[in-house]
Amino acid sequence: MAVFRIFFGLMMFFSIVRFWANGWIDKLYIQPKFFFSYYGFEWVKPLGLWTYGLFVICALSALAVAFGYRYKWAIISFFISFTYIELMDKTTYLNHYYFISLLSFLMMFLPANSYFSYDAFKRSEVRHQLIPRWTIDSIKLLLGIVYFYAGLAKLNSDWLINAMPLKIWLPGRYDLPLLGDLLQQEWVHYGFSWAGAAYDLAIPFLLLYRKTRPFAFVLVVVFHVLTRVLFPIGMFPYIMIVSSLIFFDASIHQRILSIVSRWAKIPFNHFANGNSLNQKTWDGRGFKRKLIVGFFALQLLLPFRHYLYPGELFWTEEGFRFSWRVMLMEKAGYANFKVVNKSTGERFYVDNTDFLTSFQEKQMSFQPDFILEYAHYLKEHFESQGHKNIGVYVESYVALNGRRSQPYINPEIDLTLQKESFKHKNWILPFNDEIKGL
Amino acid sequence: MRKIVSLFLSFALIMACSSSDGEPTEVADNFDRSAMLVNWADNIIIPSYEAYASAVADMKASTDAFTTQPSLTTLGELRNNWLQAYTAFQSVSMFEIGPAESVSLRNYTNIYPTDAAEIESFVASGDYNLTLPSTIDAQGFPALDYLLFGTADTDAEILVKLSSDSYSTYLSSLVDRIETLSSQVLSEWKGSYRDTFVSNSGSTASSSVNKLVNDFLFYYEKSLRAGKIGIPSGVFSSTPLSDRVEGLYSKEYSKGLFNASLNATINFFKGKHFESESTGESLEQYLRYLSELNSTEDLSVAIINQFEAAKSAVSQLNDNFYFQVESDNSKMLQAYDELQKNVILMKVDMFQKLNIRIDYVDADGD
Repeated sequence: MAVFRIFFGLMMFFSIVRFWANGWIDKLYIQPKFFFSYYGFEWVKPLGLWTYGLFVICALSALAVAFGYRYKWAIISFFISFTYIELMDKTTYLNHYYFISLLSFLMMFLPANSYFSYDAFKRSEVRHQLIPRWTIDSIKLLLGIVYFYAGLAKLNSDWLINAMPLKIWLPGRYDLPLLGDLLQQEWVHYGFSWAGAAYDLAIPFLLLYRKTRPFAFVLVVVFHVLTRVLFPIGMFPYIMIVSSLIFFDASIHQRILSIVSRWAKIPFNHFANGNSLNQKTWDGRGFKRKLIVGFFALQLLLPFRHYLYPGELFWTEEGFRFSWRVMLMEKAGYANFKVVNKSTGERFYVDNTDFLTSFQEKQMSFQPDFILEYAHYLKEHFESQGHKNIGVYVESYVALNGRRSQPYINPEIDLTLQKESFKHKNWILPFNDEIKGL
Repeated sequence: MRKIVSLFLSFALIMACSSSDGEPTEVADNFDRSAMLVNWADNIIIPSYEAYASAVADMKASTDAFTTQPSLTTLGELRNNWLQAYTAFQSVSMFEIGPAESVSLRNYTNIYPTDAAEIESFVASGDYNLTLPSTIDAQGFPALDYLLFGTADTDAEILVKLSSDSYSTYLSSLVDRIETLSSQVLSEWKGSYRDTFVSNSGSTASSSVNKLVNDFLFYYEKSLRAGKIGIPSGVFSSTPLSDRVEGLYSKEYSKGLFNASLNATINFFKGKHFESESTGESLEQYLRYLSELNSTEDLSVAIINQFEAAKSAVSQLNDNFYFQVESDNSKMLQAYDELQKNVILMKVDMFQKLNIRIDYVDADGD
C-alpha cells in the first residue's frame, strides 16, 4: 500500500507537470470561449487565470500524498481538485482520468499513510506495519473492474470480426521502426484485436494467482508499453503498470521500499513496529464500509446502463462514458448548425470555429449531448446579438469505425426546444447497421 | 523474476526508443507516404510556385511599363498580367504550410472584400505599412482589382486616376509586396524547406502529411467553398452578400478564378503533376491502397465523382458571380451544396480512413 501510495502520488505529480509543460492548461481551459458541462455539474467552470492555481493545488496535493504528509487532507484535496479539473470541460473526458478520480476517492478511505510516510514517521499512533486486508483488496478490485469491463466492451462484432478500429489506427503508424510494415498486415489487426480482448479479460485473474503473477506482470509491461508506442494516450500506460504492483505480496514491496530508503537515507526500521491496524477501531461506525460497498456496487452496475436506452450504443453514446470503453471506436463527425428566425424564415449557417476550438468541434460533432448543449449556447449567443425567435437545427454526419458517413441528427428538429436529461434522445437518427455485442 | 522483468523492460524500451530505419523490403505492402510527399513537393508545389512567381514577375514588368507610360494599351497589358498572376495564385493558395504559413501568404495576397475606403486613404496620405496585419484588406490581388477596375466608372477615367503619382506609387507598392512574398516563399521551398517537408514523413499531428491535408481541407472548406461561393450567396448570413465575391470590380473573372482554384484542388487530390497529364502518389492513390488492403469501398471514387458534380453545378453559373447572386442566387446555392458534400466526404470519411489527426492531445480514440 505504501509503495502504491508513493508511486501514485509521484505519477500524478508528473502528470500535472507534463500537462502544464505541454501548454494544455492554457489551450484547453483558458483559451476556449465555451466549455461543455456535465449534466448536473454546469456550475463547474474554469476559473480564468485562477485555473493555474487549481493545478498547483492538485500538484502539491499529489506530492503530499506521495510523501504521506498529512495524508488525509492531501488525498481529499487531490480528489477534489483533480475531479474539479475533469468536470470543467466534458471535451477532455478520458477513461483514465475517470479512473484516477475513482482511485483517489477510494484512497480517501484507506490508511495509505500507515507505513513509510511522513505522517507515520512523525506520529507513532499512525504507524502500523500491517493493515486490514480489504484495504489492499479494494484497490485490486477497482483495477480488476477496469480491466475486466474493458475486456467485456471489446466483445463486439466491430472489434472482433472487423478488427475495427485497430484496422484504421494501426496502418496509420506506418513510420514506426520494426513495426511500421507489420502494422499494415491484416492478420496483425485481427491478432491485436483478439489479443487485446483476451489480455483485458484475463489479466486481473493472472495477477491474482500467485503462480501466474510474474508472467502476468511481464504481460502488463509489454501490453502497456506497446499501447504507449502505438497510441497517443499519455501517462495512462505507466500508471497501469505501476498500479499492478499492488497485486504483489508484501515481500516485493518491502524490497522496493528498502531500496528507496537506502537511497533516500530514511531509517527503514522505524516503521517496523509490528503494529497491526485494528479493523474495528479504524472502521468508525460502519459508515465507511457501507460507502465503499455502495461505491463498488455502482462501479459494477454503471457500465451496463446502456441497456436502458434503445439504439446502438456506439452510435447514440447513451451510457458510453464511465463504462471503461477504452479506445474502442473511431468516430468522426461533421455538424453544421443552421440558425433560423422562425417568424421571418431567414436563416444562416454558423462557423463553428467562431465558438469552439478544433478539439471541441471534433468531440462535439459525434456526441449528441454536446450537440444539444452547443445548440442552446448558439441560441443564447445570437439572442444576445439581437436576433429573435431563434430556432437551431443541425445537419450532421457521422462515420463510425470505417463505415461511410451517415446522417446523424434529425435536421428537422429544433434543438433549442429539446432539453438535456437522462431520457433517450429520440432525435438521433437510427444507425443503419448492426453491431453485436455485450 | 526480476531478471525476467528487466529483460522485458529493456526489450520494450529498445522498441520504444529505437530510431533506426525499418526494412522497407516489400514497398507494395506499405503505401509510400514519403513518395507522396516527394510527388507533392517536386511535381506540384514547387512547379506551381515557380509558375506563380513567373506570372508575378510579368505583372511587375507591366506595372513598371504602365507607371512609366500610362496609356490604355499599357493598362490593358497590366490587367492581363494581373489576371494571369491571380489565376496562377489559385494553384498555390491551398499550400499554406511552411514558408507560406510563416509569411501568411494567403492573408496578404488574397483577402476580399477589399476595403476601398482604406485604399483611398492610403493613396491620399501616402502613409502606410503593408507589413501590418491591419492592412491585409488594402493589398493583394483584390486591392489591385479595385485599383485597376473600380476606381472610376470608365476606363478613360481610371487611366486618368492611375496616372497620378499617388495612385501609381500605391499600385507599385502593392505589386512589389506581392512579388516580395512570392519570391520569398519560392526560394525557401527551393532551398531548405523542401527537404524538411519531405523528411517529416511520420504519422504524428505535426508530420507533413497531417499538416498539409489539414491545410488542404481548411482551404477547401473556408477559401473555396465558403469564401468564393458560400459567403456571397448568403449561406452564413441572413441575406446574400453579392459584394463579397472574388473579382468584384473586374466583374467577369469570378468564375474563371473559381475554376482555376477547383481544378487545382482536384489535381492535388489526384496527384497530377503541374501542367502535365502524368500523376504520382496522391490522396487518391492512398485511399485506393487502403480500400484494397481492407477490401472496402474505394472512397476516392466517390470523392472524384462529387468533384465532377460540383464542376458541373459551377459551369451553370455566370462568369460574373456578383451578377449571378443578384439575379438568380439559387444556382449559387446549388453549387454550394455540391461543394459541401465533398467537405463531408473528405473531412469525415477521408480523414477517418487515413487516420489523419486534428490535434495533439491525449485522447481515448473516441
